[in-house]
Amino acid sequence: MDEDRLTCESDKTVVCLRGITKRFPGVLANDHVDFQLQSGEIHALLGENGAGKSTLVKILYGFYHADAGEILVHGRPVHIRSPRDARALGLGMVFQGFTLIPAMTVAENVALFQAELPRFFSPRELEQSIRAASDQYGLALDPKAPVWQLSIGEQQRVELLKLLLAGARILIFDEPTKVLVPHEVEALFRVFESLRAQGFSIIFITHKLREALSCADRITVMRQGRVVGTLLARAATEESLLHMMFGEKLPEITRSPGSRAPGEVVLELRDVCTRPVGTAPALDHVNLKVRAGEIVGIAGVSGNGQRELGDVVLGLLRIVRGKKFFLGQDATSWSPRQLVRRGIAFVPEDPLSMAVVPGFSTLENFALMDLQAFSKFLGTVMNWGKVRTFFREGFTKLGLSPLPEPVRASTLSGGNLQRLTLVRELSRPYHLVVGLYPTRGLDVRSANAVRQAFLVAREQGKGVLLISEDLQELFSLCDRVLVIFRGRIVGEFRPEEADLTEVGRLMTGAGVLHGS
Amino acid sequence: MNWFLSWISGTILYAAPLLFPTLGEVIEQRAGLVNLGLEGLMLLGASVSFAVSFATQNAWVGVLVAGCVGLLANLIYAWLVVHRQAHQLAAGLALMFFGIGLSALIGKAYVGQMAPVLPKFQPFPSQALLFRYDLLVYVAFLLAPLCWFLLFRTRFGLKLRAVGESPAIAYAAGVSPALVRYIAAATAGILAAIGGAHLAVGITGTWSEGMTAGRGFIAIALVIFSRWDPLRAIIGALLFGSAVVLQLQLQAQGLGISPFLLDMLPYVLTVLVLLIWGRGVRYVAPASLGRVYFGTE
Repeated sequence: MDEDRLTCESDKTVVCLRGITKRFPGVLANDHVDFQLQSGEIHALLGENGAGKSTLVKILYGFYHADAGEILVHGRPVHIRSPRDARALGLGMVFQGFTLIPAMTVAENVALFQAELPRFFSPRELEQSIRAASDQYGLALDPKAPVWQLSIGEQQRVELLKLLLAGARILIFDEPTKVLVPHEVEALFRVFESLRAQGFSIIFITHKLREALSCADRITVMRQGRVVGTLLARAATEESLLHMMFGEKLPEITRSPGSRAPGEVVLELRDVCTRPVGTAPALDHVNLKVRAGEIVGIAGVSGNGQRELGDVVLGLLRIVRGKKFFLGQDATSWSPRQLVRRGIAFVPEDPLSMAVVPGFSTLENFALMDLQAFSKFLGTVMNWGKVRTFFREGFTKLGLSPLPEPVRASTLSGGNLQRLTLVRELSRPYHLVVGLYPTRGLDVRSANAVRQAFLVAREQGKGVLLISEDLQELFSLCDRVLVIFRGRIVGEFRPEEADLTEVGRLMTGAGVLHGS
Repeated sequence: MNWFLSWISGTILYAAPLLFPTLGEVIEQRAGLVNLGLEGLMLLGASVSFAVSFATQNAWVGVLVAGCVGLLANLIYAWLVVHRQAHQLAAGLALMFFGIGLSALIGKAYVGQMAPVLPKFQPFPSQALLFRYDLLVYVAFLLAPLCWFLLFRTRFGLKLRAVGESPAIAYAAGVSPALVRYIAAATAGILAAIGGAHLAVGITGTWSEGMTAGRGFIAIALVIFSRWDPLRAIIGALLFGSAVVLQLQLQAQGLGISPFLLDMLPYVLTVLVLLIWGRGVRYVAPASLGRVYFGTE
């Protein structure tokens, strides 16, 4: 404790949190957390989903108020009651969901956060000052562009620019890499490094070990609301960090090597084309086969037609040319309902927006799977007893412990929501399961539960179509991986034969077709 | 020709009492508040201005007091939706009924009476009775660019629009969504009441129950038509002003059309305009319009 005190008051410490405690209904999000940020360092805050990282930085930024504990900035105790107070102290935060207003331009979004914005302003001067600043920090942006037209990476740059122009010297990033594709992550880390060189101090939250190891100077690991420890990045190893994050060994994902030959074709796309929607690319003569008992992966940088591909398979997007076959039948013009009836299961990313009704309980959400099967008296009354039985069976079948039943879906963590979706989708008879970024944003444990479920499906002779950005995931799970680029399938390979850099080049459109 | 000139002249006159509430609602909706109570505010403005004008024999005092009453009445609405976190549509409808009832009570003694009206003057010499307007007409048309400037060229306008798009982000930017919404509601209250007052002591010089005849709701439709842009609101107000005057003129001509059918003209136009221009355009409507902001914790 004395040591802490010493570092807290030292000149090099810009932010010091002492004994921060925060309780939400039912959860102790932060439990006597101590944390220090030194001047000119990149500090990674590492931990699983729900470890309390976000809560901690939101307390520092004045979004939440700590129940106990104190905050020192530049060695002085401060009371941060609102983000405004935090900004006055030179803090700036890039939130997980961006705090950008899509309808406004880059310039307006930046101006909103400028403390010294004149009462009456001219848009032209504003745009000039933004151009100057974006040049200085190497963040190329068009100040006149409305934010809704920007890519995620560009939006992140706007966020950063906003903070820099508002005079922030201490920058906090809440899971900045979650939404970025690999090369954008690298670009972001380069920006971090150039900012560090200019004297900025940076905290960034992540649950990816490699990011913390590759970019940070120091790493603080949190688990279940507590700080497990802080160590220098160069003294840390993956193993030591994993141990700190989970406290135990992780269940390993194992895929039995192609033990039996894949069966009949479950899904086939033949020369499928779609019309472009907005700025998204259209599918361009896509050919694809998924057989029973195999996992086919789709690799690509997001926004290259993956979502469209998923939508086509699910019948949500119209095919303008080509044909789709499901179990040997022409399914080109089947409705989503028909497809689901015939046996397509769907596991999306972000279940709250695509699969789950937030205000419903877990059980009610589960019942949505097949309302007719769960009804009695000619479909007038729900048979909740039957729902409950299927609900519990579904979880045990996938080797998961059942979620509590009367809990509202909106209160569940992302990982549990995805478990609920999985169980619901895989509880009914199906032949094909489509995963659209099914593990995005999940903590390691939940992501592994999803992956395990896909492997179980494969063992049972179902077809699996897995659309993912996580190459590691694709390599460990898939029998075949197709690479998609600008709506076209540009390559196909078997994981055991493939070369990562080659795949990377295909994904970015730089490569030539190679292999089979 | 004479008929045409008087149509144009009347259009401008009748556009003014629509433009006031429309501009107020644009500001209010830009801050994220849908106020369905405009009709009530306009009626309150009309009855109060008439009563005060009658009592003081000065129409300007009437307008002034009406503005103050509109401000106070709309602050009740703002308090309901901002602090009590009431549903905006329900609170707006409550305000409307409150306004209808209270204005009928205030105006009861004045039905059939005459009160002094605002002095009229002509900007240029012309035929008598044409283009003779009271000051409020000029004020209405000057207010539109002023509102535009406020929304798009001032710091406050930027903050106000941010609150309408996302109170949480505005809060993160150091703006108090509650304060901004109170100010927007106060402004809209004043403007709506002045719109009503202009009908009573600017145009007709009389009071009758429900005399605004749905203008409060037409103003809400105009906000959508104008895509939340005060300058486009001018066009909308003129369009509907012209329909109102056309209907009056057709009635005066004594055509063999039922007056009830003619009365429908401006409202049919509302429906048509919303059909044609009301189609949702991406990111035009304030994103958090009508949503209750519960704060950050």
